[in-house]
Amino acid sequence: MFGLYETAFGALTWGNILMFLVAGLMIYLGIARKMEPILLVPIGVGIFMVNLPYAGLMIYNPEGFPAEVGSLSELIKSIGDGKIGLLNVLYTYGIESEVIPLLIFLGVGAMTDFRPTIARPISFLFGAAAQIGVFVVFMIAYCTGWFTVNEAACVGIIGGSDGPPTVFLTAALAPGLLGPITLVAYSYMALVPVLQPPVIRLLTTKAQRAIFMKPQLRDVSNLEVILFPLIIFIVAALLVPKSTPLIGMFMFGNLLRTSRVTDRLAQAAGGVFLDVLTFLLGVTVGSLMPASVFLQTQTLAIVGLAVVAFAFGTAGGVWTAQLTNLFLKTKINPMIGAAGVSAIPMSARVVQKMGQQANPRNFLLMHAMGPNMAGAIGTSVVAGILLGMLQ
Amino acid sequence: MAQEKVEFPITGKIVGVNVKKGSVVKEGDVLCILESMKMENPILATVDGTVAEINLSAGQVVEAGDLVTVIEY
Repeated sequence: MFGLYETAFGALTWGNILMFLVAGLMIYLGIARKMEPILLVPIGVGIFMVNLPYAGLMIYNPEGFPAEVGSLSELIKSIGDGKIGLLNVLYTYGIESEVIPLLIFLGVGAMTDFRPTIARPISFLFGAAAQIGVFVVFMIAYCTGWFTVNEAACVGIIGGSDGPPTVFLTAALAPGLLGPITLVAYSYMALVPVLQPPVIRLLTTKAQRAIFMKPQLRDVSNLEVILFPLIIFIVAALLVPKSTPLIGMFMFGNLLRTSRVTDRLAQAAGGVFLDVLTFLLGVTVGSLMPASVFLQTQTLAIVGLAVVAFAFGTAGGVWTAQLTNLFLKTKINPMIGAAGVSAIPMSARVVQKMGQQANPRNFLLMHAMGPNMAGAIGTSVVAGILLGMLQ
Repeated sequence: MAQEKVEFPITGKIVGVNVKKGSVVKEGDVLCILESMKMENPILATVDGTVAEINLSAGQVVEAGDLVTVIEY
């Protein structure tokens, strides 16, 4: 008790130091390169928190899992005893319970404008086709033998390029990989402007990329935007019951926006409420990456497989758009299919930029937004399908 | 001399104008930057030519279909 004041230097491992570098890289990318700073900065800080010995914010048990929080009365005593930390509590009650990813999706719904999707319903086809990346990588990951079937599904879902469904599915099926999978998912979303163009260029001719589409979409009525979330909610819940939590919150948030009488609720859901949840998610996910969990070949495999998932997702969208063109009188620009990879709005922006390069008259942004939003719905449905298959 | 009208493809706010009357532009040059959907979108010249008319200033809100400029070529 009155012994020498103890520093933590002696307990530092090389693994911890390596993780400091990873954390530093995330914070650097967020601050200096402005890559998804809202997520990468908190994740980086979380990685520091768990890799500082004795910091006591996130405590891992010797089996390599976050220490059990237990019931509320045990929790208060455990915090006092130093058996669990703040982030253990956030993890158990916020992420393991699925509360945070689902509430984030409520906020995302309140910020999403589905008009471009409603104006061109064929967007759903591209939003669905872009999910093939998920299934291709699910198969590959499982065949490598490095992942269990549940883990492989969670590696695949990275290809959907949508944060909340990724966290939702992984927390349910493979909580041990939640840290690396979420980190890779959010990092790659930021890398969409680098990952997608080569794939798109490979699969399309310059003439196809230059196909002109009239910039404006048709006007969408208020009734349509109000009915849309309700219809999607009911149809998705009946088709894929396990997707109901995700789609339900997503569409509920969207209805708050489109009803036009609940603006205050929509602004709250998409404003500070969403921000608070986002940094709680970020810092907690960061704290799921102690050196013992992160520094494994599995993590490297996830980093590699996720590229494949993004590539196949992009290809699936482009191929489907090319196929659709065979039946259309007024051809669409096949690149808009690539925006079915739902990194909103990055992939739509990629399509817009490449379209303008190929033909300065082109302005594909609104056309690409349709598949983009549909892709977000698609990934949630796929998360529900995988959950139904494997849980 | 032929004239080419460039119109705004979507509604948004001008954040910067890169050319003035008399500027010589090439196809694909940036005429102005339009902020829309929380993104900065460059509006490009559709032909090689000279800017004959441009009445835009930063901060101005424009509708889809409004005139960006007339290019003579």
